[in-house]
Amino acid sequence: MVTSIFLNHERGGKALLSVITLGLFVVPFCNLVISPESIFHIPTFTVTLLGKYLCYALLALALDLVWGYVGILSLGHGAFFALGGYAMGMYLMRQIGSRGVYGHPVLPDFMVFLNWDELPWYWYGFNHFWFAVLMVLLVPGFLAFVFGWLAFRSRVSGVYFAIITQALTYALMLAFFRNEMGFGGNNGLTDFKDLLGANLQSDGTRVALFSTSALALVAGYFLCRYIVTSRLGLVLVAIRDAEDRTRFLGYRVDYYKLWIFTLSAIMAGVAGALYVPQVGIINPNEFQPLNSIELVVWVAVGGRGTLYGAALGAGIVNYAKSTFTTLLPEVWLFVLGGLFVLVTVALPKGLAGIVGRIKSLQHG
Amino acid sequence: MADSTHTRLSPRCDDPEIVVESTHGWILYLDEVTVSFDGFRALNELSLTIDAGELRCIIGPNGAGKTTMMDVITGKTRPDSGTVFYGDHIDLLKHSEAEIASFGIGRKFQKPTVFINQTVAKNLELAGAKNKHVWPMLIKDRDSEELDRIDDTLRTISLSEQANRLAGVLSHGQKQWLEIGMLLMQDPQLLLVDEPVAGMTHQEIEATTEFLANLAGKRTVVVVEHDMEFVRSIAHKVTVLHEGMVLAEGQMDEVQENSKVIEVYLGE
Repeated sequence: MVTSIFLNHERGGKALLSVITLGLFVVPFCNLVISPESIFHIPTFTVTLLGKYLCYALLALALDLVWGYVGILSLGHGAFFALGGYAMGMYLMRQIGSRGVYGHPVLPDFMVFLNWDELPWYWYGFNHFWFAVLMVLLVPGFLAFVFGWLAFRSRVSGVYFAIITQALTYALMLAFFRNEMGFGGNNGLTDFKDLLGANLQSDGTRVALFSTSALALVAGYFLCRYIVTSRLGLVLVAIRDAEDRTRFLGYRVDYYKLWIFTLSAIMAGVAGALYVPQVGIINPNEFQPLNSIELVVWVAVGGRGTLYGAALGAGIVNYAKSTFTTLLPEVWLFVLGGLFVLVTVALPKGLAGIVGRIKSLQHG
Repeated sequence: MADSTHTRLSPRCDDPEIVVESTHGWILYLDEVTVSFDGFRALNELSLTIDAGELRCIIGPNGAGKTTMMDVITGKTRPDSGTVFYGDHIDLLKHSEAEIASFGIGRKFQKPTVFINQTVAKNLELAGAKNKHVWPMLIKDRDSEELDRIDDTLRTISLSEQANRLAGVLSHGQKQWLEIGMLLMQDPQLLLVDEPVAGMTHQEIEATTEFLANLAGKRTVVVVEHDMEFVRSIAHKVTVLHEGMVLAEGQMDEVQENSKVIEVYLGE
C-alpha cells in the first residue's frame, strides 16, 4: 500500500529498493550461515565494504534532495557527514573505557597523551547512546540551520553558495586538525571496541551494521520520496526552475530552502554516524573539500533529481574507486575528473537519463 | 504582525470589492518614490495613484522606469526614499515579496515565467494553494474546492486540453495565458501585468484585451505595454512615464495630443 503510493511510475526506485531488500536477506545469510569454504560465502570485509557504500548512497540521497530538487549546490555536505561521524565516534571512544592503551577510566587515550586532567564539557553525555544519537541529528542540523539562515536570508545562491559551503567544510577541517579542539587532532577518533555492548570486530556486529545502513537508506529514500511527491515537492521544483516566480506567488522561498537544507544535513549526519563504526575511524580528512566535490560527482553520474540515481551513482563511483585505488592508485583522480567531464558533456541526466532514454525509445 | 491586515484582506474572499480598505478611493498610492542605481535615477520622485477597480495603462520609452516601478510595488526593489501604500493601511515598503503577494498583489513578468517542468494544472495549483507555508504544503493535499478553481481557470485561459502537458511545451502565447491564469488563481485585488501581449498573435491579443477589460471593475489592473494598438483598444486612463517621472496622464486621446509626449515617445 505505502509503496504503491510513493512508487507509482517510479521503476528506478522500485529496482533500488528490490536490490536493497534482496541484499538484506542474502548478505547476512551468505556471511553468517554459509561456510567460508563455499564460493557463495561473502567475507566480512565485503559486508563492511557494502555497508560503506550504503552510507555513501544515503549521503548522495541527502545531496540530491537539495541539489537535484531545489537547485542548491552544496559543496560542503561532507561536513555534515563528518559531524555525524564525530558524534558517533565520541560515543564509541567513551565505550572504550579503561581498555585504552593508557588504561584511564574516563579519558580517551589522546587526552591522556595531551596531559589533560579532565573531560572537556562537550564530551559529557556521550557515554550514553541515546545522547550520541541525538547529537548525530542535532549538530549537523543546527549548523545547517544557522548557516542556511544566514545564506538564504541574504539570498546567497548558485556558485556563491557553493563556494562558501567549500569554505565551511575547509574551516571545519582546519579546526578539527587542532589538538586543542579536543577531537583527537589529525589522528581523529579510532581504536573503537564496541557499540551497545557488541564487539565491533565480530561478524555479527558487522552484519548488523550493514543491515542498519540498508534500512536507513530505505527509510531515507521513502522520506525523500514522500517529500518530493507532496505539494511541498512541487514548490521545491518551482524554486529550482523559477525562484522569483515562486516568491511572487506568495511562497517564502528562504524558509523552504532552510527547511530542506537542514533536513538534508541531518540525513548526511545519520549516514556519517553509520559509516564510522564500519570503517573504525573518523579523522579531519573527512572534512576535506575534495570529499564534498566527489559527492557531487556521484550524484551527477547517477542522475540528479531522481533520488535512485543518486544512490546508484554513489555505489558505482565508489566501486570504481575501490577498484582503481587498489589496481592503479595514481590514475584514480584522473578517472574521477574524466567521469565528471564525460557526464557533464554527454549525459547531463546521468545514468538515470540513459534508462529514461531507452524507455522512450521503446515507446516509440 | 499581519493578523489584522489578513482578516481585512482575506485573499480568498469571494466578493473582491470589499477586500482592501480604501476609503480614499485609491488602492495604490506612490508618493515621491526615488530609486537610483549607481547614481542613475530609475525613478525620480515618482508620484502616482491608482483607483480601486481601475484599468490603467502605463507607457513610456525604454528606461522610463516602468519595470522598476513594478519592482518597488512588489517588494523586489526597495526605494531610496518615498512612500508606497496599498489601500489605507498597508505600507508596502515594510513587507517582503511573499507577504505582498499574500495581500493580493499579483504580478506577471515581462518574459512569461511559468514552471516549465510541471504540468499546466500543477502550475495553477501552486499559484492557488491556500496556505503557502512549509508544513501545510508537506502534509496536506489539494481539496476539491481547489480542484474546481483549477478547472475554472483552465477554462478561462482556454488551456483545459493542455492541463496535463508540461508547461515548457506550450507556445509563447499559451505561456502568457498560463501566467495570467496563475495570477487569477492567486485571486489578487491588484494585478500588475508587464507586457501581456508581447509575442502574441492577433487573435490572442484580441482575447487578452477583452479578458483584461472584463477583469477591471472587480479588480484593479495595471498594464505596462509598448504596443500602442493594444493600449488604444483598452482605451482607459493612460500614464506616460519618462525618466522616472510622470510625464502626462489622462485619456489616450488627450495624452496623444500632449506635445511633451509626442516629443519623447509617440512622435518618434
